[in-house]
This record gives sequence, C-alpha cells and structure tokens, in this order.
Amino acid sequence: MHNPVTNHADASIAFNNDEPRVDWHDKTLWFIREKRDKASHTIPEWEQLRDYASLIKDNVLANLSEYLLAFEAKAKANGIIIHWAADAAEHNKIVHGILQQHGIDRMVKSKSMLTEECGLNEYLEHNGVEVIDSDLGERIVQLAGEPPSHIVLPCIHKKKEEIGELFHEHLGTEKGASDPEYLTAAAREHLRETFLTRKAALTGVNFAIAETGEFVVCTNEGNADMGAHLADIHIASMGIEKIIPQQKHLGVFLRLLGRSATGQPITTYSSHFKKPQPSQEIHIVLVDNGRSIHLGKEDFRNALKCIRCGACMNTCPVYRRSGGHSYHNAVAGPIGSILTPNMDMRKNADLPFASTLCGSCSNVCPVKIDIHDQLYKWRQVIVKEGYAPAAKTASMNVMSYVLSSPKVYDFAGKAGRWVMRNTPFIVSNQLNPWFKEREMPAAPKQSFKEWYKANRG
Amino acid sequence: MREQILAQVKQNQPPQKALPIINILVPPKDLLIEFKAKLETLHVAVFLVDDFNAIKTILHNEVKAADRLVTTIAELADTAIFIDAIKEKAHSLENVELAIIPAHFGVAENGAVWVTEDLIKYRVLPFIAQQLAVVINKTDIVANMHLAYDKIAGTSYDFGVFIAGPSKTADIEQSLVLGAHGPKGMMAFLVG
Repeated sequence: MHNPVTNHADASIAFNNDEPRVDWHDKTLWFIREKRDKASHTIPEWEQLRDYASLIKDNVLANLSEYLLAFEAKAKANGIIIHWAADAAEHNKIVHGILQQHGIDRMVKSKSMLTEECGLNEYLEHNGVEVIDSDLGERIVQLAGEPPSHIVLPCIHKKKEEIGELFHEHLGTEKGASDPEYLTAAAREHLRETFLTRKAALTGVNFAIAETGEFVVCTNEGNADMGAHLADIHIASMGIEKIIPQQKHLGVFLRLLGRSATGQPITTYSSHFKKPQPSQEIHIVLVDNGRSIHLGKEDFRNALKCIRCGACMNTCPVYRRSGGHSYHNAVAGPIGSILTPNMDMRKNADLPFASTLCGSCSNVCPVKIDIHDQLYKWRQVIVKEGYAPAAKTASMNVMSYVLSSPKVYDFAGKAGRWVMRNTPFIVSNQLNPWFKEREMPAAPKQSFKEWYKANRG
Repeated sequence: MREQILAQVKQNQPPQKALPIINILVPPKDLLIEFKAKLETLHVAVFLVDDFNAIKTILHNEVKAADRLVTTIAELADTAIFIDAIKEKAHSLENVELAIIPAHFGVAENGAVWVTEDLIKYRVLPFIAQQLAVVINKTDIVANMHLAYDKIAGTSYDFGVFIAGPSKTADIEQSLVLGAHGPKGMMAFLVG
C-alpha cells in the first residue's frame, strides 16, 4: 500500500541494520506473547473457547450472504445507513461522498486496518480532506509519514526518543523529552482539541452482529468513542467477514480477543453501537475488496476468520526480527502473508516465503486458522503460477537436478564440504544470503552416508 | 454493487456448518472478591460501601472544591451536578473532572462493568471526564462474559459499553500510561 513493491528479505535489511533495535523489538514482542500465554492459562476452558470461535466463524463463512442481509435489515431498522463497496476505490469514494454531502473537510479516525488496506488517508488528503488518526500509535506513525508496522501496536518499531523528536517538531513538546507519560499527555491535549472540533469520525468494526444489527468497537484508549460520540457523522468501515451470527457469540470473542492480543482479560472499552444518537448519523460501509473471491478458495478461506488480535505476529520469529514494514502491506506478519496473496499474488509473492513454517502462529491463533499450512500451500500456488522470484526458481531447478541423481548428490556434498572447510570465504561473505546475520556452521569431513558406511555398514 | 457482492459471496460460500452449542462450566467462587481483585489489577480504586452516604463521604475526601462533578445518579444530586441540569451539548462536558455513573453489573473474570446510554444520558460522559466513578450493587456481579451476555439478552439499549478500568495506552515503548484520551483514573463503589 504505502511502500513500493519490494520483497520481504530486501525490505528487512534496513530494519536489521540496527541490531540493538532488532533485539529490543524481538524481546518486546516475545514479552507480549508471554503475557498472552499467562492470560490464556488462567482460563481452563481456553481451548474450548478457541474451538467455539473457530466453529462460529465456520458457520459465518457458510452463511455469510444470509448474515449480511440479516445484519443490513436490522441495522437499517435501527436507523443506520448502509453502503456497499466492491473494492478499495469504491470504499474511499463512498466515505468522501458522505463527507462532501455534509460539507466536511476534516475528519478524526480511530484504528481501522481496513482503511489502511484501502489507502483511505491518502485518497482523502488528495481530495482536500484532512484526516487525523487518533490512536496514539497511529498518530505517531502518521506524523512520521509511515504506515503502522503492527495491527495492534502500530509504532512498536519506534523508540521513545524518535517519538519525542516527532512530537517536538509537530506538537511543540520540549526538545529531547522522551518520557512516555509526558509525551502521552501532550498527545492527549492535541487530540482532545481534535475530537471536540471534528464533525465526522471514522471507526473500524471488530464485530457486527447479524441478529441485532449492532456493531462492536474495541479500544484501550477510548479514542473511537471520543470521536464517534462527539461527531455529527459516524462512519464505520468494515470488511464483510466481520459479521458474527448472534449477540451471545460476543461472549466467546471478547474473552479471546484481548487475551490473545496483549494478555489483557478484555480491552478497556468494548462499545456496542446499535442506534445513532438523536441528530447524529451512523453510516456503515460494508467492504468486499477481494473477500468474496477469497471465500471461494477452499485451501485459503479460513484466513477470513481472523479477528485481528496480532498474536501470530508477536510469536513469529521472522516478524519479530524483520519488523512489520518489511511485509509491505497494511496487515503484516503470518496472517498478512496469507491474506495478501489473494489480493495481489505478484506483489505479495515473497510473503508466504517469509516464514520458517514453525507453526507457532497456528498454535496461538484464537480462531484456529491453519496459518502455517496456508503459508506452505500459498508457496506451491505461487510457484505453479510462475510468481516465484527468478533466483529461487533457478536454485530450485539446480536442486531438483542434484536430488534426482545420487551420483551428482554425493559429488555436490563432497564439493560443498571441501569448499566450506578449505575456502570458507566463498560462502562466508555478504553475497550469500544465508550468511547474513548468521555464522556458517563448520563442515564435517564426511557425509552422513560415508559415516554410516564406515561405522554401521 | 450490493447485489453483485452478495451474489459472489453466496456462490463461494462453503458447505453448511452448524453453530456450536456454548456450554462453559462455571466453578462456584466468591464473585465479589474476584471482581474486586480484578478491578485493582486494572488500577481502579475499589471502595466497599454500605450506602450512598458512605460514597458521599469518600467523594468529599477525594475531590477538590473547585472540581466540576457530574452525576447521573439522583441520590448523589447534592454532591455533584445532576445530569438533567445540563442543557448544553455533549461537548460542554469537556471540563468535567469526575463523572459518577451507575452500571448494570460487573464481570468478575475481567473487571468490566456494563453501562448503557440510559444510565449516562450522554454517550460521551464516561469517556470525556478526567476521572470516572462507577457505582454497582455488590450482588450485581456475574462470573464471566457468557453470563454477562445472558443478562444483556433481550434488554434494549441504543448504545452500550463494557468499561474495564481507566483509558490507557502502551504505544510508546510498551510503557503503560493511564489516561490516553479518556479518564486518567477510576473509582468503583460496590454498594450493599
């Protein structure tokens, strides 16, 4: 979206240049993963909840068109205005249209990964509408001119000194100040003024309930509520997969969401919007943008169950050490890597390869998406469709030649070991991607086959 | 557009899968103790009180004379401005130091309280005030979110919210700061 077309490994180079920062990023996200473990272990029925959540979402996928219709009818009866958008461009046009209709050229926004996916901010700014992101982390990356690097922790890649510098420049805080409490207080002042003066507020949607027509927005900061309740126009943008059948299902999802995301038993605010306030309008934009096509792909449709908790990112050894920006999409990490090839296989062909397939993502997923299996399956689709990077295709061809002939295989192994023992500089140099950030192992004198023949044969 | 999206969704829907029957066992426990402990982990100051007079005494000690206090509880109308006296729009609540509101019930497993629009009149009230105080009956506590939604089922509200502690953020290097946009602190009065 924001970054030029690139590939994950190249994009992670910049992030990896600053080793202490990578270590900090790695450790901090692992700490959040541990908080998730602790929170989940206090719930004896945790696995049962994951099963329920997964089964409810299976039912949603099987009945999505019916649930969308039911939701639309209920929401309309509740006085909410419903819009449908086939793609990102339509979504952006609809939002702009609502603002134009009311003569509004300044809007406050709370966190919405969908609007990141659609490039809404850029679109509105091109059309003369000022957008201010109100989630603290999102405001920070917005001031820095960057996209969020994590769906729950948008500026986890930034150090407090950099944030202090940004705030000094844009919000007039003291030069050199980096105390989180001081910086948060400054943002609070600045954003309060924004909430009080904006006539339109856009929020995301965590869950939309077919049975009642209400939708739920979860935040810790209270920014979605400050924006929505003080504005004349509340626009809520949601992907069509955000529907759940019944109100009581919120009990399952709200128990899972906060604990999976940050180890909190629940987010500070879980706001249920059913009807607009008197003299207020609520608009919901239902966005497809590739989801209905994704739904038809048997191997991959489970990715649409995602509730955007970010647990798979926090646990991923590759994400933690490469940073969210190297995934060049609104949603990074393992879940981003199985969602984005559906949208643009050429542009995102690198992402399913940005994984060790260790499976940790699938183990922590609160709705039991088979993330690592899908990563593996996307690799096969991508290679078959001819989108694999040229170097990978060439090396795979060599590999298949070597592996198909025992003689060639034995010789290649011998040659490899000789090279690593006698001329290590040939492999231990920056031209070999396997050497980057790693030490090469010492090569043994004999192959396993030779050793076996000598000792056990 | 609508028809096209719906048609494509319908065409690509996988085969029918039944909804699970949700059946979670709740072991017996002291809900008041658990709820209080959970609130404290959320940085909420908890007061177990007998009646509204006790709340008034505590509030007198906790607030400064110049503070603007607003309440939606008639019994506290002599301690704070009763909400019905406010005729201006919601934005005028911006300088409220403390909002004192009732909640329908609390949830022991996570310290959340359920509040609906009819209890607060202005939706923004519990968010815009610098501090929030919530009054709940000691007996109105449920064990978990499933039982919470059992209680909510069939009730009518235009807006409802679970509030679990003061507004917070950890966006700057994961350092917890209370009072991101909403209340910087919260009190809970458990009455009865």
